[in-house]
Amino acid sequence: MNRVTAYLAFAVVATISAPLATIAAPHDSVVQAEQARVEVMRRASATTVAIFDNSGEGGGSGVVISADGYALTNFHVTAPCGPAMKCGMSDGNVYDAVIVGIDPVGDVALIQLLGREDFPAAELGDSDAVEVGDWVFTAGNPFLLANDLQPSVAYGMISGTHRYQYPSGTLLEYADCLQTDAAINPGNSGGPLFAADGKLIGINGRGSFEKRGRVNVGVGYAISINQIKHFLGHLKSGRIVDHATLGATVSTTEDGLVKVDEILDDCDAYRRGLRYGDQLIQFAGRPITTANRLKNALGIFPRGWPVPLVYRRDGQNVQTVVRLTGVHDPTQLYDLVQQQPFKPPRPDKQPDPDEDETPQPKLPNFSQLLKKKPKLPTAVANRFEARRGYANYWYNIRQQELLWKNYPGREALSVAGKRWRIVGDAATIDIAPLKARIDQPNAVSVANFEGDLSSQLSPPGSGGLLMTLHLWQRLLEKGLRKYGEVYYLGQLPDRETASPVDCLIGVYAGMETCFQFDPDSGHLVGIVMLPRDGVDPCDLRLSDYREIAGQQLPGTWKVFHGDELFMHMNVEEWELTANAGDTN
Amino acid sequence: MGTYGKRGRHQLNQRMSFTASFAALLLLAANATLASEFQRTIRTAQRKVVKIYGAGGFRQLEAYQSGILISSEGHVLTAQSYVLDTDDLAVVLHDGSKWEAEYLASDPITELALLKLPVEGLRPPHFDLESARAQSALPGERVLAMSNLYGIATGDEPVSALQGVVTAVAPLRARRGAYQSNFRGNVYVLDAYSNNPGAAGGALVDWQGRLLGVLGKELRSEVTGTWLNYALPTAAIADAVAALREGRIVTSVTTLAPVEDAHSAEQLGILLVPDVVSRTPPYVDSVRRESSAAQAGIRNDDLIVFINGEPIESQKALHLTLERLEIADPVTISVLRSGELKDFSLSALDASFEEEASEAETPAEVEP
Repeated sequence: MNRVTAYLAFAVVATISAPLATIAAPHDSVVQAEQARVEVMRRASATTVAIFDNSGEGGGSGVVISADGYALTNFHVTAPCGPAMKCGMSDGNVYDAVIVGIDPVGDVALIQLLGREDFPAAELGDSDAVEVGDWVFTAGNPFLLANDLQPSVAYGMISGTHRYQYPSGTLLEYADCLQTDAAINPGNSGGPLFAADGKLIGINGRGSFEKRGRVNVGVGYAISINQIKHFLGHLKSGRIVDHATLGATVSTTEDGLVKVDEILDDCDAYRRGLRYGDQLIQFAGRPITTANRLKNALGIFPRGWPVPLVYRRDGQNVQTVVRLTGVHDPTQLYDLVQQQPFKPPRPDKQPDPDEDETPQPKLPNFSQLLKKKPKLPTAVANRFEARRGYANYWYNIRQQELLWKNYPGREALSVAGKRWRIVGDAATIDIAPLKARIDQPNAVSVANFEGDLSSQLSPPGSGGLLMTLHLWQRLLEKGLRKYGEVYYLGQLPDRETASPVDCLIGVYAGMETCFQFDPDSGHLVGIVMLPRDGVDPCDLRLSDYREIAGQQLPGTWKVFHGDELFMHMNVEEWELTANAGDTN
Repeated sequence: MGTYGKRGRHQLNQRMSFTASFAALLLLAANATLASEFQRTIRTAQRKVVKIYGAGGFRQLEAYQSGILISSEGHVLTAQSYVLDTDDLAVVLHDGSKWEAEYLASDPITELALLKLPVEGLRPPHFDLESARAQSALPGERVLAMSNLYGIATGDEPVSALQGVVTAVAPLRARRGAYQSNFRGNVYVLDAYSNNPGAAGGALVDWQGRLLGVLGKELRSEVTGTWLNYALPTAAIADAVAALREGRIVTSVTTLAPVEDAHSAEQLGILLVPDVVSRTPPYVDSVRRESSAAQAGIRNDDLIVFINGEPIESQKALHLTLERLEIADPVTISVLRSGELKDFSLSALDASFEEEASEAETPAEVEP
């Protein structure tokens, strides 16, 4: 391939400079390679979006990733636009688009183009397979040149992989990003980086410039598409999505070991046994040989993601799974997004060589914009709802309702009865609205759901199994609007299968419960009940859905608390009684 | 390296699957192996490029640059710059190992410096400059520039690789002052953004990974003011580097003791540019009228490169050298002027001064 490309370059030079009579036609493989490349770029260009804010002053680029119009771009491109933007595509049309979700730390935003169900969409590639020396191209709207809505395309090479570029404050961190010498200029922000085969491997957003002004000097960075895949489900929630931290900081010692030099005692890593002085060996399957590598490995996950960790103490390797903490607390992140003195990026502006490396686009005060009630295009207004903590609450409501509608147990369990008697090989459980009881071979525990709920975490060692079942019943009885505060979180990997599950969070009486649904069947596959911060949750896994008591119900239950499997039960009987009587 | 085993296999699998889809799309199955060969070539060359950390860190003065390993004993060739002006010079190899580098010497014309790492027995991967002497590239040939530009890579992260074409083989036309170049031979002019901050000292290689040249310091064009992307060809630097390796070590003058009646720049009539860093180059700022320097023909803007054949790389070295030369003996000062080396014989004796005064051809220019 490389040789052919080289030939191609020479062939072009020869065509121009040599007398026509003396040159032979290029080799077939050269012609084929060129045709293939033209075709790949034509298809890729069709998915590329030129984004303009509503004043027409600023903008950037984006790329459509699904036929229903979901498109990726940079947070710093959408930030000045407010909820609505105009998106030009190479078909010559300008589409209205609405903000869906934002990831201010990762500098990613998800928008949705409106008006079609058959948008040309880019296929997502695998950025972890990308190597230095791979040929790539950027497409986009550099210097807002795309007045005719045709993207500019620039060819180049991958110069570095797994690069780390520092955030400004805690936002706009480029972890584990791709570095390329394909031109990334102001206005390319948010646009696609394609592999030579046309697969989307990154979102361009940043470059190194320093004293070289604000135009491409061969050093551009793209957010890796594999990072964005972790966030995509979260972005569809309409939320302002946070990144994750281990709850510990590390440093590289003189002899090149990465060791914990500080750890918070209320984080999950601490509860999983990580301590000051422990050496990190692997994180999320990656060897950790430098502090930068940990930052790279960590920077690609949303808050709450479970990640395998291997650490070493006293010559022994310890393996565990850590649930990652958020970088910010939710209100802090919302405030930061509002405080950022963003203003529309003006990619056509003369570069100022004295400014710092990263272009720092500006964000208008979101809440002020909302107070002004800007006139949104109707299509956007129908899909936008402002709410504190959300980029667009409309999408969260929609996702909640979709989950709820597709959940088969909603009808099956709530109509059938509020009193359950579950008989299994490990226990018999009775649940009534105000009381619950579990009979295990050597123990009996009860819980009372009147008064202070936070003390009702029986049976001991389960983290609150009876309470978890009670909250499940509460969700069934009260539904999305009366349970307490309910929101759609996004997708997290299943504790056991690692396949993505949809997460609905319910907050009631200070307890945060994550109801996890299988995206395909709609079944409830897990309930993770966190009675308060700083403790391990009760993690109930529900699988083996089969017909029990005339309903599709989970036949296998597993209860985890901390590192321990508290109970593994096969359900034999499940009595559902409408009468809300007491247990004894 | 045990922990790398799994990752290595993982990468291999990914590379194979990637290569497969690439080839299928382009109908170029026969060339699929070439693609991975190219990536392998880059990885091999990247391992011979090092990250150098030293002085700087102020605005627009980066405290880092690049270098290339040129011997299995740990010789590192890099650009002579303020970054090297420190006793605390650190060099990081491809595997993340960090070494304290010894500054051996520098060549005033190519503005390259030679460092040595105490790698006893380690035999790091390196370029062979002697065999690279014969490598050359013509305009139109495709090349790769490898350096730690912008200091992006740290620890064991590979340096950056940029691709481009040799657009010309021509002399530099760089600006004067800080952007002046002493080198007047032909360089490779590139269309890759090879010479970004921190890139100086990096490698220019061909698509087989063979060394073609060394990326020079940051220069701006005297014509357009734009930043130049260029490399010094191996053929043009090999002799100078060989001389550096053979031990023309600047510090040798200081092994002599200072003498009582010694020469001094002041007494010879040479006023140097302000000495602001520890290795300020000995540029002549002005020459006192009717001094022996003026009589001999030394002019302002000359760069003093040798005294009595000893390389002079800094003002400090110049003063140390003159302090050790008897005033009674004549002194030969070699300067670099417009890329040419010129020798002048100076004598501080009054008698000869008066004799030569009448023969002076060019009166010295003295500028305020």
